Amino acid sequence: MGTAAEAFKGFKKYSLKKNLPMVEPLAPGHRACQGCGEVLALRQVMKAIGENVIVSSATGCMEIVTSPWPQTAWRVPWLHVAFENAAAVASGVEAAYKAMTRKGKIEDTNTTFLAVAGDGGTADIGLQALSGALERGHNFVYLCLDNEAYMNTGVQRSSSTPYGAMTTTSPPGKLSRGQETWKKDLPAIAAAHRIPYVATGSPAFPVDLMNKAKKASLVKGPAYLHVYSPCCTGWRMAPDLSVESARLVVETRVFPLYEVIDGQWILSRDIKKPKPVEDYLKPQRRFSHLTAEDIKIIQERVDANWERLMKLIAATTPEDKTE
Amino acid sequence: MAKRIGVEVSIAVADAAKQCNVDVIAAYPITPQTHIVEHLSELVADGELDAEFIPVESEHSAMSTCIGASAAGARTFTATSSQGLALMVEILYIASALRLPVVMSMVNRALSGPISIWNDHCDIMLARDTGWIQTVAENGQEAYDLIFHAYRVAEDHRVLLPVIVNLDGFTLSHVIEPIEYFDQAQVDGYLKPYAPALRLDPKHPITMGPVGMPEVYTEARKVQEETIKAARPVIEEAWQAFGDQFGRYYRPLESYRMDDAETVLVTMGSIGETAMTAVDEMRSMGKKVGLLRIRLFRPFPVEELRQALKDVKRVGVIDRALPFGASGGPVAAEVRSALYHEVGRPFIYNFIAGLGGRDVTVENFEEMASELESLEKSELTEFYKIINVRE
Repeated sequence: MGTAAEAFKGFKKYSLKKNLPMVEPLAPGHRACQGCGEVLALRQVMKAIGENVIVSSATGCMEIVTSPWPQTAWRVPWLHVAFENAAAVASGVEAAYKAMTRKGKIEDTNTTFLAVAGDGGTADIGLQALSGALERGHNFVYLCLDNEAYMNTGVQRSSSTPYGAMTTTSPPGKLSRGQETWKKDLPAIAAAHRIPYVATGSPAFPVDLMNKAKKASLVKGPAYLHVYSPCCTGWRMAPDLSVESARLVVETRVFPLYEVIDGQWILSRDIKKPKPVEDYLKPQRRFSHLTAEDIKIIQERVDANWERLMKLIAATTPEDKTE
Repeated sequence: MAKRIGVEVSIAVADAAKQCNVDVIAAYPITPQTHIVEHLSELVADGELDAEFIPVESEHSAMSTCIGASAAGARTFTATSSQGLALMVEILYIASALRLPVVMSMVNRALSGPISIWNDHCDIMLARDTGWIQTVAENGQEAYDLIFHAYRVAEDHRVLLPVIVNLDGFTLSHVIEPIEYFDQAQVDGYLKPYAPALRLDPKHPITMGPVGMPEVYTEARKVQEETIKAARPVIEEAWQAFGDQFGRYYRPLESYRMDDAETVLVTMGSIGETAMTAVDEMRSMGKKVGLLRIRLFRPFPVEELRQALKDVKRVGVIDRALPFGASGGPVAAEVRSALYHEVGRPFIYNFIAGLGGRDVTVENFEEMASELESLEKSELTEFYKIINVRE
């Protein structure tokens, strides 16, 4: 396994006006809902990674909407096995290429092995397979498209559902304010495996996301991408608010954009004057039952998380690079 | 040339996988399968086998990783037992539906609870309907031989299905037997390198594992059923070729002293050898007893059983698994079903034996055979019983 720093040498960033990739490995005409932020994020990631890729998909929205036989939206090799094992399947594909290349059975193709799963398939049922694959050091990219609940089965809560959110299994009621637990910190869990590269992304910042996806694919070892993926259907939100919510979640510091490169935490986008969390929560009906007190609790948590992130960044930045 | 050596059966199974030049092994430790994967990891560590050995974090991931590797075009191997099989069973169905020629040796062990590491056939039965071809070894030599056969069948483009090679835990896996090892040239003559019909390759993109809507699901399942049925002649052809090359001929169903037999025992796995001794003793006492040993469990040798049993008087099927609340053991149920439409079908009775490592002795077989005559004349409400059980 190489370092991310080595892999990024000579990396040429995408920029909006110059060199955005023209390829569309994920074809249009799939069956995603109107305004789906998840398929938008997936498209951006696929554009950046390109066509020399093999995708292992977990069961979930993206699997269902792209592969109703005899149709497929995939212009690149794609394999779906089950819900909880995308990382294990990708491990096998990667190992096969490694062995077959070494044994001279196939040419060295420098292919990217990409595992794709939702938050349920990552934070809950697929966490073990993910941890195993990260720990073993497979050369692959894991993409978690986080829409913060089990949308494909009808909006049930996951451990990635944010505090206070209404889902069909965390309904607000006389004794409940909705989701009672705080969102599991998956990027930090991935980073705790000391893999070369971890990054968070949002489809409202497509160039940032595409650069991160490309960098993830360059790493010789495991890379983990956690991408915020608005779900208008599940969040009870108008379809035209998808990108807006993906922007607000960053601008309110609810979902900070950062990278962890060889253990060093780096902020991708500083939010010097954060908007109040209420701006982010309000357009989404999954939060409409929250009281001012609930929102205050969330604001405090967001502030504390941001502070913690700043400390992580400071603690992991080499002294000669600090201001 | 082949040479006979004294070796632990698990080691021989691992050496067979090595001689098949597997590319990827993904496995998780579970007793009594461990010696197989330990030996494979040693072979990889010593550079004697050029393969990726992936020490996955569960059996579920073992099978998932095998699927990924096989879909990418690698010859893939794993091994498991009992609880491990139970954990991976979800993925077994998908391996066969994706038509991936993964080979797995299953070292048969009882299922919990209570937890037991000892031998029976519960795990075989849990994998029964998964769409995998299943063969069952009776001795160490077979456990070794059947690995080569498994790859030849699995990878045949007329088949493209995964194969489980079963061997009994401890009573087979952990004993040292004289086993004839083939030299590599012989193996290479029998087993060609794997040439996938389709594989995951960015130069030729394919979509594997799509959604099956109600309009196509039934058809997809029907094709799978037809595929495993159509594997029958290929399985036999591969055994014929094996016999021609190595001198041992195998069949889906082995007959032992069946000429003029009136009473027949049906076994599967290593107890078949004990049963042969029992049959010899009973024959020496003038009793007309024969034995059938099932080597091919899936696809089930229905026609062979019909032919072999249609003219006998009584049959005792020995099952090494007990499905709760059913009408007896699973092998017996299938034997009965195979014989039901035969005019003048024999009396069929089911003995449940050898659960969780309980021995099944020569005396047990003699008792079962002799008891069949009295059972046949009794008015029965149930057609199975557990033998050798403390009340």
